[in-house]
Amino acid sequence: MSFVTVAYGVVFYVATVVLVVGVFNKVVQFARAPAPLKIPTMPAPLTRHGAAGRVAREVVLFESLFRSDKWLWLFAVMFHAGLLLVLLRHVRYFLSPEWGVIWDLVVLVQPFGLYAAFALVGGGIMLLGRRMVLARIRYITSPSDVLLLLLILLIGTSGALMTFVVHTDIIALKQFFVGLMTFSLNPLPTDAVLLVHLFCVAVLMIVFPFSKLLHAPGVFFSPTRNQCDNTRERRHIAAWAASLESDCGS
Amino acid sequence: MAKFEIPVLSEEPAEDVPGIAVNAMAHSRPFVAKPEHNAPLGFPGALVDDWQEKALGRMGDLLKRFRSLRVFLDSCVKCGSCADKCHYFLGTGDPKNMPVARQDLLRSVYRRYFTLPGKMFGSLVGARDLTQDVLEEWYTYFHQCSQCRRCSVFCPYGIDTAEISMAARDIMDHIGYGQKYCNEIIAKVHKIGNNLGLPGPALSNTLSGLEEDVLDQTGHDVKFPLDVEGADILLVTPSADFFAEPHVDGLIGYAKVFHQAGVSWTVSSYASEAANFGMFIGSYEQMHKVSNRIRKAAQDLKVKRIVFGECGHAWRVAYSFLNTLAGPWDFLDPNYPVPQHIIEFTTDLIRRGGVTLDKSANAGMVLTLHDSCNVARGARMGDQPGGQFVLPRELIKACVPKYVDMHPETTHDKTFCCGGGGGLLTDDLMELRVKGAKPRVEALKQVMRNDGVTHMASLCAICKSQFTKVLPYYDIDMETVVSIHGLVSKAIRLGTNHV
Ligand code: SF4
Ligand code: SF4
Repeated sequence: MSFVTVAYGVVFYVATVVLVVGVFNKVVQFARAPAPLKIPTMPAPLTRHGAAGRVAREVVLFESLFRSDKWLWLFAVMFHAGLLLVLLRHVRYFLSPEWGVIWDLVVLVQPFGLYAAFALVGGGIMLLGRRMVLARIRYITSPSDVLLLLLILLIGTSGALMTFVVHTDIIALKQFFVGLMTFSLNPLPTDAVLLVHLFCVAVLMIVFPFSKLLHAPGVFFSPTRNQCDNTRERRHIAAWAASLESDCGS
Repeated sequence: MAKFEIPVLSEEPAEDVPGIAVNAMAHSRPFVAKPEHNAPLGFPGALVDDWQEKALGRMGDLLKRFRSLRVFLDSCVKCGSCADKCHYFLGTGDPKNMPVARQDLLRSVYRRYFTLPGKMFGSLVGARDLTQDVLEEWYTYFHQCSQCRRCSVFCPYGIDTAEISMAARDIMDHIGYGQKYCNEIIAKVHKIGNNLGLPGPALSNTLSGLEEDVLDQTGHDVKFPLDVEGADILLVTPSADFFAEPHVDGLIGYAKVFHQAGVSWTVSSYASEAANFGMFIGSYEQMHKVSNRIRKAAQDLKVKRIVFGECGHAWRVAYSFLNTLAGPWDFLDPNYPVPQHIIEFTTDLIRRGGVTLDKSANAGMVLTLHDSCNVARGARMGDQPGGQFVLPRELIKACVPKYVDMHPETTHDKTFCCGGGGGLLTDDLMELRVKGAKPRVEALKQVMRNDGVTHMASLCAICKSQFTKVLPYYDIDMETVVSIHGLVSKAIRLGTNHV
């Protein structure tokens, strides 16, 4: 087995473990941290279902962003929708037709996923451009913000390059990943574009749990969005705050 | 008149985003609390020697106590959606007044000491050591946030810079570097019962004075009861209502409404303050202690209901936190919400035909409403979401011949802070207050120009004080600001149809 195959095998095992364990830890940390006061940004839904709907609208439609800045909303939707479709398209490199309905869906998404790369890269370029051009956005940008965008742009362009220009041996690639999932190593094609693409993906997976990419799980835990407005009807109290009760004499 | 430049107003509100002027407000900071202000709150008297260690320790505690802090510090993507939404940025151009940049003052330290990449890569990922300079920057810019939550409306993750400012102020208090204005006031509440330090006898004098005035003016014996045991309603109102203009007109309005409703009510000298500055300094413990004065007063006076007067942040603490901090309220009458807002009380009475309002008493007035930030984004009125926008408008329209809303980008949940909220209503921050009022004043001037608006109603003690002081800098008469219940007070017909 070639050095490249072994190295990439190891890198992807490590990246997967870091991503899964890292995000799991963060989610546990978010979930365990108490929310002692009700702080939904008002007006807020009155029920928990309503609040779940509000979070869903943030996740799917970027509702607050839409109210704020239509251009930014457009770039962000291009970028994220592109990313989602591209990811869905990639599912076929890990599954086989035996998956029935899921496989059918994966097949269904292919033509969209194909061109979604342009939305992803286009949106990403606009987001990057915005960081360079608008003085106030430049002010709040740190090097890691630019590096992350560049990383994703590199992933997107190298991917699109392989789809449309320099095709790689996709059968062998799939065997490599299916092999990793069953703990056996199959040879990885060694064309440069593919290696760059995969390496960047692994890096992205590793930085995910330590970076602002945590906005993905974070949005579900944001108290200003996921809490409902019912404080007069129901008493809400955190465990640590309850310990203060004894010293107020009532 | 001023030692600083008054911002130039633009014709079209909410469209004018300033270029960035680095350090434009670096000189603006409130007086630091002295030992005598800190001691009654249990904070160290002055900056402690091992402040850095203590600050990081407190930050670690807060991260474990508040999910908001943890999630907000981790989730910001620096998209800048919030950047042009803060009235202090819009009024000053200082980039550190962009909400995201304000958060970053704390986030950079969080990343440095509490995250792996911050420990490893430092400034590459925006991490900074907690130095004396950073602390000074915290003190400066976390006292340029009025905790109005406008930024959180526009953030895709709902990141609320108010939560970050509160945490930062709490950390500073724990190392002996708190703000004089807030801590001095909280100490007065602990000792005397209200922010102004107005003792029981003075309060009693004031209230009986008001009784005489109203009797003289109307011929009706409207009572202003104090510490009456067994009254139905405990009125908790900001202490400014007891004497300052235009606040006191509001108090007279409440009294007339209660009189007309035929209910018994009382003010408590022990809990003679609706405001709870514990929120401004981000201290759950202080908020808890202040709130429980209301609980004790309600129990001692054996009231059945609690009604709050007009005050923005007080209403946020009351509506959103009081049940948590000082509940459960199982000893009060379950037929009424606890607490109730005076505007809820009055609009309900109007709907039931319990009062007659005569608009001609306010003839010639064209009103607009400044939605107070903490009522708009931190609380509710009535039983529908957004009732905090509907009920005040309904009430004003019932009292005056004409009402006009300001620019839609500056009302409802997009309303701007008056510029003096969140513990910044102090003379040592005058420049900030004037500049922070800019977005609101632009919108006000527009309706004054185009629609002949003569007055702006407010339902918050801080807004009222801030505007009466700041509007003259923009050539608007201080008497433009009125209490909503000041309008009610004029329009109400006493002695007609009791319910
Ligand atoms: S809470 Fe208000 S004052 Fe503070 S940063 Fe946000 S918009 Fe500005
Ligand atoms: S809008 Fe939210 S995510 Fe965007 S920069 Fe502001 S705080 Fe960060």
